[in-house]
Amino acid sequence: MVDTKDYGEYKTAWCPGCGNFPLLKAVKQALVKRGLEPHQVLFIAGIGQAAKAPHYLNANLFNGLHGRCLPVATGAKLVNPDLVVIAESGDGCMYSEGGNHFLAAIRRNVDITLLAHNNQVYGLTKGQASPTSDEGFTTKAQPEGVALAPFNPLAVAIAMHAGFVARGYVGLEDHLVDVLVQAIGHRGLSLVDILQPCVSFNRVNTYQWYKDRCKPLPSSYDPTDWEAAIRFSQQWGDEIPVGVIYRNERPPFEDHFSALRKGPLVGQELERGRLAKIIETYT
Amino acid sequence: MKRERRVKQKRRREKRTGHPAERKFVNILIGGEAGQGLQTVGSIFAKSLVRSGFSIYATQTYESRVRGGHNTFSIRVGPEKVLAGQEAIDILIALDEETIDLHQKELTKSGLIIGDGEWKRKGKNWIGLPLKEFGEKTYWNTACMGVAAGLIGLDEQVVAKAIEDTFGKERSKENWKVLEASYHWLKEQSLDWEKLADIPRPAKRLVMNAHEAVALGAISAGLKFCAFYPMSPSTSIAQALIDRAKDMDLVIEQAEDEIAAINMAIGASYAGAPSMVPTSGGGFGLMVEAVSLAAITETPVVIVIGQRSGPATGLATRTEQRELGFVLNAGHGEFPRAVFAPGTIEECFHLTRKAFELAEKYQGPMFVLTDHFFADSYRDIKPMDVSKLSFVRPQGDPSSVKTPYLRYRITRNGISPRLLPGLSKHLVVADSHEHTENGHLTENLSVRPKMVDKRLRKGDGIRSEAIPPNFQGDRKADVLLISWGSTKGAAEEAAIQLRSRKKRVATLHFSQVWPMVPDQFVKHLEQSKRVICVESNATGQLAQLIRKETGFFIGKRISRYDGLSITPQYILSRL
Repeated sequence: MVDTKDYGEYKTAWCPGCGNFPLLKAVKQALVKRGLEPHQVLFIAGIGQAAKAPHYLNANLFNGLHGRCLPVATGAKLVNPDLVVIAESGDGCMYSEGGNHFLAAIRRNVDITLLAHNNQVYGLTKGQASPTSDEGFTTKAQPEGVALAPFNPLAVAIAMHAGFVARGYVGLEDHLVDVLVQAIGHRGLSLVDILQPCVSFNRVNTYQWYKDRCKPLPSSYDPTDWEAAIRFSQQWGDEIPVGVIYRNERPPFEDHFSALRKGPLVGQELERGRLAKIIETYT
Repeated sequence: MKRERRVKQKRRREKRTGHPAERKFVNILIGGEAGQGLQTVGSIFAKSLVRSGFSIYATQTYESRVRGGHNTFSIRVGPEKVLAGQEAIDILIALDEETIDLHQKELTKSGLIIGDGEWKRKGKNWIGLPLKEFGEKTYWNTACMGVAAGLIGLDEQVVAKAIEDTFGKERSKENWKVLEASYHWLKEQSLDWEKLADIPRPAKRLVMNAHEAVALGAISAGLKFCAFYPMSPSTSIAQALIDRAKDMDLVIEQAEDEIAAINMAIGASYAGAPSMVPTSGGGFGLMVEAVSLAAITETPVVIVIGQRSGPATGLATRTEQRELGFVLNAGHGEFPRAVFAPGTIEECFHLTRKAFELAEKYQGPMFVLTDHFFADSYRDIKPMDVSKLSFVRPQGDPSSVKTPYLRYRITRNGISPRLLPGLSKHLVVADSHEHTENGHLTENLSVRPKMVDKRLRKGDGIRSEAIPPNFQGDRKADVLLISWGSTKGAAEEAAIQLRSRKKRVATLHFSQVWPMVPDQFVKHLEQSKRVICVESNATGQLAQLIRKETGFFIGKRISRYDGLSITPQYILSRL
């Protein structure tokens, strides 16, 4: 039986009190709850404080470039669909630098779990606005306040009929673990936007701020109701709903490739006889 | 005595007909608008010629548009290996009248023009066809080709078979009727045109262009994954792979942009599939950060760049050899690489294979440079025997590695044991940060130089496998023509023509432009009286590289950057 100890404990480069700590713990618990062993899991990380998270547990890891973890994850998953692929990075990496890949990943619906650490600020580059910063949020780089409308990842994903769309909050640990377990189990792209405070650069969206607002969706909530999901995704104020907001059963992208019906692409031998026949057609 | 008589007969005949009796090479140019089926009839014509035993070199030019404009498909044909295309036209097939106005000046003295009889053109070289009598307008291209094929003496049945192989039986029926009508019409004319000599037992040859050869070379090397974003001229590589994906169990994905394409390929390769990305200069510009990623994560990936005119969008469908300097230096940071620039269709196949082998062995990005002209150039080649070719299997042996497994174990040759994620209990950790041997990020500054050195040591191995440039001709030549990539044939034919004028000429061709190993070729530079570098770019990128690596300054350059390819005539007229 796999245990959280199998995923290890490591020294981190995070600030004391960082929202990444409970998030890392929740991810390990979710993996254990799904009965996954470290070698069955592949993390693809971007760049930023959030993207360091997979370095602090035992699993396969490809830590790539800022904004580019989704295409790397897509390539890896298509080659070996047996791997449980988790793309993990921050709001800047996923929604800003990687914005085009975010849209394309939703459209493809590859069986990847997308974990976006959302603290509404850039931490590693020391406090600039992020794509999810609220309007008016002041920083050193935006001294007169953010003028851009915030990116709403959930609303965008639901509008595009993404396979699985959820929001978690690191302060609601058991709830977050449950959302992660569902996300990892979903076949298709599962987006989990995870609210977590940045204790160094975000003095507005603090633990207390989120605690006052984050409310789990009622048990009567039907995540297959797209219109309700769109409505809930717009809620961002005195109350912020957390939980699985939308899901559907769209088949995952990898099901479309005839080459994958025989099993993973990795290890498949070259069929020289068939190639010879193809070459014949050039006579 | 016999021989003398034959020569006399030949002279008499030449005098009577006004053109030489033995046509060694014939250059046929088909011109018309985009959408008139030039490429289709051109390739049917080329196929028919090759099946009849002739050697061909077919090239194309076109504008960046879907319909209209002026496009050409030219086939130079002869009884022996054709090294390059040429400008002078022997048979001009005009699918529109503009073609005549544009190309008339390129006709040889005995050259003929084939076109629509209704254009009412005059002149002894004009062959106006009663196209309406042959069939519907859609098939006029076939009719014009049929007359040209008949003129040079191709068997109608060979052409009919090539049509069938292109369209299938059902769709060939109307084409066959028109073909028959055109052959029949030709028979009734008293056109005096020296036919190509018969080739009794034609050997089996393939007709292939550079990008088809790249794609097949890649598959034969074990390619399993390709991601791309469409861009001329390299879309044709992806398309050739897509066409074979089902048969060969490949995954080919059109990415949302070039950045995604190369990152997908890197992810795929990390997970165990030999991967490739085809692109052109602009697309490669977007990929550059990920080249660096492949280098530091030590992930094999083959990048093919079909060069075209630049900067930026430049001339989107015209040729240039502009990216040598770019590719040599692309990617931030220092890391080894190899850059191939195949000069023939065969080399496209084999050097793409070599790129895959090196990428796997040395675990990093490897490059193949083609160009727009080359991508659309068809030639006849000997069929490759794939039954014995080796292919890349990126599966390390998990039982042979020491525990704990270290993805970036420091070794003497810099090559670390590569395992694949998920195939064993060993965890495979790759990182774009500087990392320790286990793959996790580090800021330990004593680790850093060790890792830099480890990666660079792989460069020694790559260098030891560098293919020397191909030297042909006199060791102490008066003129040495240097070329790289697709200009090989043009340079070699120019040299042949110069030798026939009793000039001492040699050629030196680089099919691998990096790593450059001076010991392999510097003596040729020093022993020749005049060294000339032939390149399709304005600044002489190979000449600069040679100077940087050897100190040898090449004073004379023949450069072309008007978007057209370098031909033997272009070289000869600029010596």
